[in-house]
Amino acid sequence: MTATSERTLPSVVGVCRTRAGVELKEFFRQRESVVFTLMFPVILLLIFGAVLDYDLGGGVSFTQYFMAGVIAAGILGASLQNMAIGIATERSDGTLKGLSGTPMPKSAFFVGKVVQVLVVTVAIVVILLAIGVLFYDVDLPSGTDWLTFVWVAALGSAACTLLGIAISSLARNGRSASATVTPVALVLQFISGVFFLFSAVPGWLQTVAALFPLKWMAQGLRSVFLPDALAAEEPAGSWELGRVALVLGLWCVVGLLLCVRTFRWQDRGDG
Amino acid sequence: MPEWGMEGSAKGAAGGSTHAGTAAGRGATRSVAMGRGHWALVSSPTEVPAASAAPRPDSPVDPDAAISVRRLVRHYGAFPAVDGLDLDIARGEIFALLGPNGAGKTTTVEICEGFRKRDSGDVRVLGEDPATAGRHWKAQLGIVLQSGAGDSQLTCRELLRAQASYYPDPRDPDEVLELVGLTEKAGVRGRALSGGQRRRLDVALGIVGRPTLLFLDEPTTGFDPEARRQFWSLIRSLRDLGTTMLLTTHYLDEAEALADRVGVIARGRLVEVAVPSALGGRGSAPAVVSWTECGARRTEATQTPTALVSELAGRFGGEVPDLAVARPTLEDVYLRMIGDPA
Repeated sequence: MTATSERTLPSVVGVCRTRAGVELKEFFRQRESVVFTLMFPVILLLIFGAVLDYDLGGGVSFTQYFMAGVIAAGILGASLQNMAIGIATERSDGTLKGLSGTPMPKSAFFVGKVVQVLVVTVAIVVILLAIGVLFYDVDLPSGTDWLTFVWVAALGSAACTLLGIAISSLARNGRSASATVTPVALVLQFISGVFFLFSAVPGWLQTVAALFPLKWMAQGLRSVFLPDALAAEEPAGSWELGRVALVLGLWCVVGLLLCVRTFRWQDRGDG
Repeated sequence: MPEWGMEGSAKGAAGGSTHAGTAAGRGATRSVAMGRGHWALVSSPTEVPAASAAPRPDSPVDPDAAISVRRLVRHYGAFPAVDGLDLDIARGEIFALLGPNGAGKTTTVEICEGFRKRDSGDVRVLGEDPATAGRHWKAQLGIVLQSGAGDSQLTCRELLRAQASYYPDPRDPDEVLELVGLTEKAGVRGRALSGGQRRRLDVALGIVGRPTLLFLDEPTTGFDPEARRQFWSLIRSLRDLGTTMLLTTHYLDEAEALADRVGVIARGRLVEVAVPSALGGRGSAPAVVSWTECGARRTEATQTPTALVSELAGRFGGEVPDLAVARPTLEDVYLRMIGDPA
């Protein structure tokens, strides 16, 4: 009997690999999550690209502007919405409780989730860019713009993943998480310069949007997709990349603190 | 899903027994609770073999036992779900915890598994306190939760392989599928299984880590009789491999068929611990002999049924009409125990 307890536990790296595989299978085999998270931004791009194909001035099409917004919305869906709904579902159906009863290192669970978000995010970005280039003549970023693209996407994705995990603990179950998070995400998309030009959003709504990460992700990505001349259209008259980094970084810290304080492996009132 | 149905009724019953509990007066001492009527007989130390009695609340926890619990208390709001429970389970033993919904079975088991906090009392599981024990301790446990393992898009084999990878010395996933009779479903996704198949998958996930101690919280809920028989033989073969098991169940025949000892839990306490055949004084209760004589049904309670039957056989000169000899069934004594708010 003591032999079992002395026997070394499997390496954390190995278990992380298992968890990453589990999370990817769980995501890509579930039709709802694939359609909702992956296809929704694609459909938006196809529709908006076909309908709102007007010139913003200076030879820049709305699709070029929308590209930044729809990628930001795609990242929001792959991270915040996906985590909030997915983890709330797994908590209410007992999956998390079952896992916490095994010797699986808790960290491996979160590594698996992060890998899932990462893969889904890369898939969304690649598909959106491909459609933009193939059908709507979207100009791809060039040179150092790629660098900005990567850090804005990574930082935004990290902030939204942490926030999504934190929000999952507030929901009673997966369905209620979906019912709360989906409308909020939609409203944020409307006021954060995803569907409309941010400059067309009323001032007080711009202020509201500025409290949340989506607006800053979209703004950071606009700096990548739009010519610098259009920076003048932004509320501050510039891309404010320093502030983008600051706000997204702050949300990472807030999200992490919330996760640490609120994460539960079982339903409330069950402990 | 049957599990959810059980959960719902458990809550209802919990609410119902609050009243009974308060009415009984929580201040009553343990000896008073046991010193009543028909089952006082069984609970007195002289009637029960020392090895099968519940431990005394003032004795220390036994670090060598698989599970050792003293004075365990857990309230939900004002409701005492567990109210001074003492229990020792030896290594290698199969112990069945019987009791109605809301009696405190799941709360007790989940405190031992490390899922729930206790308000007070001492608990040692495989020598460690579940509230603070780590991954090495968990690696020795197998847990089959009442609520099951949840939906999954993974196949049975994938789920078992993933689960096995968390443990230092797992069983072969395919062998485990064979053991629980899911070999044909190895490639089927978890969420596509029927209720009984899901439960078997839960059991498979519980044993794939080669546990020293296996918790089974109502494992056969939703099984058809055939599946239950198969499950029982699985449990027996695990016992032969030296696995200790704590089983909760609603089914008395299951407890009787599997358990070395049975504990009956009611209103948050163990009201009795005994080997199944002695539970409720069944072993020493008088047998009831009944037969037909002169067109009328006759019954007689006796400590010596064999003598009575041979006397009757002599009197009738052969076959005794409609002869039946009965002992109180486990169900009879169980219903008496849990039905009585001591």
